[in-house]
Amino acid sequence: MLSFILRRVSIAIPTLLVLLIISFWLMQTAPGGPFNSERPLPPQVLANIEAKYGLDQPMWKQMVDYLKGIITQFDFGPSYKYKDRSVNDIIAQGFPVTLHYGLISFMLAIVIGGALGIAAAIRQNSWLDYFAVGITIGAQVLPNFVMAPILILVFTLWLGWLPGGGWNGGQWDHVIMPVIALSTSYMASIARLTRSSMLEVLRSNFIRTARAKGLPDRVIIWRHALKPTILPVVSYLGPAFVGMVTGSFIIDSIFSTGGVGYFYVNAAFNRDYAVMMGLTFLLGSMTILFNMVVDILYAWIDPKIRL
Amino acid sequence: MNVSTKSILLASALALASPALAAAPEGVALADDQTFTYRVLDEHSSVDPQIVEDVSGSEIVRDLFEGLYNQDADGNLVPGVALSHTVSDDKLTYTFTLRPEAKWSDGNPVTAHDFVYGWQRLADPETASPYQWYVEVMGLANAGSVMAGEAPLEELGVRAIDDHTLEVTLEKPMTYFPLTTTHASTFPSPKWVIDEHGADWIKPGNIVSNGAYVLTEHVPQERSVRERNPMYWDNENTVIEKVSALVINDENVALTRFLAGELDRTEVPAGQYPALKEEYPDTALSFPRLCNYYFNFNLSENGPEATQDVRVRKALSYAVNRDIIVENVLQGGQSPAYTFTPAATAGFEQPATDYSTWTQEERNAKAVELLAEAGYGPDNPLSLTYLYNTSEAHKKVAIAVSQMWKQTLGVDITLENQEWQTFLETRGNHDFEIARGAWCGDYNEASTFLDLVQSSSGYNDAAYSNAEVDALLAEAKSMDDPQANYTRVEEIIAEEMPIIPIYHYAGVFMMNPAIVDSWPVQNVEQNWYSKDLYKVAQ
Repeated sequence: MLSFILRRVSIAIPTLLVLLIISFWLMQTAPGGPFNSERPLPPQVLANIEAKYGLDQPMWKQMVDYLKGIITQFDFGPSYKYKDRSVNDIIAQGFPVTLHYGLISFMLAIVIGGALGIAAAIRQNSWLDYFAVGITIGAQVLPNFVMAPILILVFTLWLGWLPGGGWNGGQWDHVIMPVIALSTSYMASIARLTRSSMLEVLRSNFIRTARAKGLPDRVIIWRHALKPTILPVVSYLGPAFVGMVTGSFIIDSIFSTGGVGYFYVNAAFNRDYAVMMGLTFLLGSMTILFNMVVDILYAWIDPKIRL
Repeated sequence: MNVSTKSILLASALALASPALAAAPEGVALADDQTFTYRVLDEHSSVDPQIVEDVSGSEIVRDLFEGLYNQDADGNLVPGVALSHTVSDDKLTYTFTLRPEAKWSDGNPVTAHDFVYGWQRLADPETASPYQWYVEVMGLANAGSVMAGEAPLEELGVRAIDDHTLEVTLEKPMTYFPLTTTHASTFPSPKWVIDEHGADWIKPGNIVSNGAYVLTEHVPQERSVRERNPMYWDNENTVIEKVSALVINDENVALTRFLAGELDRTEVPAGQYPALKEEYPDTALSFPRLCNYYFNFNLSENGPEATQDVRVRKALSYAVNRDIIVENVLQGGQSPAYTFTPAATAGFEQPATDYSTWTQEERNAKAVELLAEAGYGPDNPLSLTYLYNTSEAHKKVAIAVSQMWKQTLGVDITLENQEWQTFLETRGNHDFEIARGAWCGDYNEASTFLDLVQSSSGYNDAAYSNAEVDALLAEAKSMDDPQANYTRVEEIIAEEMPIIPIYHYAGVFMMNPAIVDSWPVQNVEQNWYSKDLYKVAQ
């Protein structure tokens, strides 16, 4: 097991490095720059600003300096657009926010999605199954950029129960709508995955054997069927987890939560290179980490993988 | 200086003598709740006066800091830290007398040295301010060489005679100089705080400011909050206790939250003004803004051959039915434009350009005639590409105009949109045929617009060059009444049509009726100060 983990880690580091280098190059070659505006800056002014941020250096030098800053001081540089803050500030402020609503969404998606999927599979073709399938299809086709404004319309304007946005330090009433809007489609995917996986497992030979032995349904489901059922779900959970805790552009921009999701997309539009790179690093390393965790979990659940 | 600018300065001179007025007029019943919460589209760039470059950041900076002069509800100059000023006979030296009671929020007095420091900091290449060029707009002596790092900061045309006397020296006479002192980048800076905290000095807890408010909270991309500064010299006449700017990217969500009572002010989404005005007549507001919207022809050598012909340019301009654009497409109280400079500009008498006096039928007839003369018609159809940056509102205008050109002139237009940064680069490289342009004035005087058509302007995307225009505009800088020059430049623009003026902006807002009375709707630059606002009891 240890050598398996070590092998995965040794691949992860070069992967991250390649990701950073490609992103850096892609970003720099995109047309425009962080200091373009409606009226172009006079050349002298632009030169001063570029010198301040080291953008007057050749690209390879910028890249090396940048990587050096990360490795030696864990410093991701300044934001070119939001000049009052560094990239470290933005991550320190925004990441706990997305982590907060992302973790709650993740839990909710697993618990409700998993339960719905299992229930639907056990009672296949019953009203419960049709209900679950109907709900999940509905939830999957309703994009969150449609759902979020509708939630605000209903809960803020019509009912007046919840504030229409903001974060307020993560006070519970500010968290509800972002969590609903974020978790719904994940919940639906988990439910559908669980349901189909469970149905397949329930039809397999070892379950038939268990039934033939006369084991009660409860024991069959929990002791024998559950573990093989969650295998495909687990492989989905890694990317889903990263997707949720690194936030969403839609959630952050519609609910003004201040999470990193908005900064990431906006940084690309603003050519805010350092913010863009810092968040790519964050998202990239989280994606690699959690894919690794999934692989390890997988190996633990299913010994065949380790071979 | 023309008559109206003169009257502005005269009015300000009078105001300088009168005692400070309370924000709320006597006899007005004030509401118990004096908090003002408004929506901003995006996170502000900075609250550092010498670094800030965006509108929403400048709004905050105007509350946190105070410069030499402020603007009143009509956009006239009123005393800020400066009580008054005198001008030398050669019009090169301005001497400002500063208010002795002005204090920073840490209790230190505001002195002329703080202004000198702030202005030097703005000009300093080390600061790398995106508004560094503003010292040249102000016409300060030696601005160019200081900006380039060739002369020491002390050579910049500003110095403190004593703690309360500031002397400014200009490169050459510029009659509207005092108007430039309301800009955020000219506000004083506390050297001792910047020395202590470095780049973190503008964070809540560190920041020391001399305006009516201090920054108490800032959660990026969520909110920033400013509260009363008890040290402010006019604190007892300030009414609003707390001002919150909430970042809400989606304008429709912002409208919903406004209607739910969470906001006192938000923008009206494009096209929704007539319906909102009908449903909420006291809440939906529209007033003129100091901004224009126009199309650039590409007159550089990269540009298409067809539009090098002035007849083609005129035909395309005449065939745009501006009334339809403002009344049916934008629907927010904008006004059709036949001049580059908005009519709302202070001291600017909008000249009646020839085509503005014609009916649209006459314009269309003339357009057809001109295009035929230029050799384009059914046998030789003209086709062009129009480039704009991706946005629903720009798209609507683009579609409407391309339809007008198609129907009236038979011109085929290909619409092309690009994401903002790509658009700026493409347009800046003159790699287009016709491209969208828009500009909001930096100060309330016609040159802030007309300077854009000077050959040397960095924002002259049309690459238009006319020696007469350049000479007229250069001369206007030091004239007492430059109106004749401005009129002539507008006439030349109408004759040569390097750009097509489309419309002049309106500010279209939903505003809490409690605060509407104190909102400076007459201030076309929309330079508002929270200290002048108040909420009346409903």
